[in-house]
Amino acid sequence: MHDEHDHDHGSHLTDVELRVRALESVLVAKGYVDPKALDLLIETYETRVGPHNGARVVAKAWADPNYKARLLKDATAAIAELGYAGRQGEHMVAVENSDQVHNLVVCTLCSCYPWPVLGLPPVWYKSAPYRSRAVLDPRSVLAEFGVTLPANTEIKVWDSTAEIRYLVLPQRPAGAEAWSEEQLSRLVSRDSMIGTGLAKSPAEVP
Amino acid sequence: MNGAQDMGGMMGFGPIMAEKDEPVFHAAWERRAFALTLAMGGPGAWNIDQSRAARESLNPAQYLAKSYYEIWLAGLERLMSERGLITPEEIAAGKPLQPAKPVTGVLTAARVEGVLARGRPTERAAEAPQRFQIGERVLARNVHPTGHTRLPRYVRGHVGLLTHVHGAHVLPDANAAGLGELPQWLYTVRFTAQELWGEAADRTASISVDAWESYLEAV
Repeated sequence: MHDEHDHDHGSHLTDVELRVRALESVLVAKGYVDPKALDLLIETYETRVGPHNGARVVAKAWADPNYKARLLKDATAAIAELGYAGRQGEHMVAVENSDQVHNLVVCTLCSCYPWPVLGLPPVWYKSAPYRSRAVLDPRSVLAEFGVTLPANTEIKVWDSTAEIRYLVLPQRPAGAEAWSEEQLSRLVSRDSMIGTGLAKSPAEVP
Repeated sequence: MNGAQDMGGMMGFGPIMAEKDEPVFHAAWERRAFALTLAMGGPGAWNIDQSRAARESLNPAQYLAKSYYEIWLAGLERLMSERGLITPEEIAAGKPLQPAKPVTGVLTAARVEGVLARGRPTERAAEAPQRFQIGERVLARNVHPTGHTRLPRYVRGHVGLLTHVHGAHVLPDANAAGLGELPQWLYTVRFTAQELWGEAADRTASISVDAWESYLEAV
């Protein structure tokens, strides 16, 4: 049983809450699941793995041309240099934005997303509106996120249909030429690494 | 299968609802459903393609009505009951009613870090020569498999440009069906939006998919 955890002990549990509790109780009682492993999995993706990892990769690529070249050539290896690897990031590809090209990543079939660098995907990324429309009308999707590109910018959409996971390398904003990697990483939003956003300008960061 | 999961190009779902400062999970049960799904991959001994196939086998009306982790939960329950690991009666009772099946690979806390760090790479040694080359134009086959596949409907029957070769990877169609990994060459194929969606589509847009060799034909 697992009542010592941080469940809501109120009296208004929904059907799905009760079902998951029951399921966990049975699986633990049968010895299939170690509840401490569950806690650790949750803690890992709630606190340790997230877009701050990807931001470090992007900031390093901005600051270090040799690293950027390695990232674009073999993203899996370059990302592993910073200690990020494994589940749902086994085969990474980095795609670079420029004045001519904007990249956008989607998974129309499910929710494929590069966990080691971005963490678990936000709800909108997994939702029907995004999955259906990112491939059909990417420019309108970008506009919904407040990203308006010049009419002649080429838009490349990457539908993650295999185990290749895509990381967008956003354009480095002007005005941060003297910034350190650590400072630069604060300009890198999660959405800028999916392609539904741009990197922040230095003025946006306190 | 042509299920509700294959959403590329559908219409009518409305605006994209992005949440500001979104938490990783939205309820305690989502945390547990996520972790249970990952943890049961060991003793359950299913592969990621069987996992996806289980979720996709939901009736389309149910698939579209359920939240993301509700879909995971339904998939997990299906995988476990198919293998006799748990029964619906046990979930209803909240306790075991049958002896546990002998399993291996239980994910202990001590193994979590290593298991996540290793991941589950899908690249394998190639068993056949590479058939297509970068720069070649290829046709996505017009096929409608009743089992699991990773060739989305919206590219079938269309011609694209082969842009990347990723080595040989486990074939999801075979792996989901329990036929083994049967690795095949994996490519990225880029289609123009106008090829997929017609002349009215954005002339500046292209859509790339990753496609196994058997999904493609020479033009």
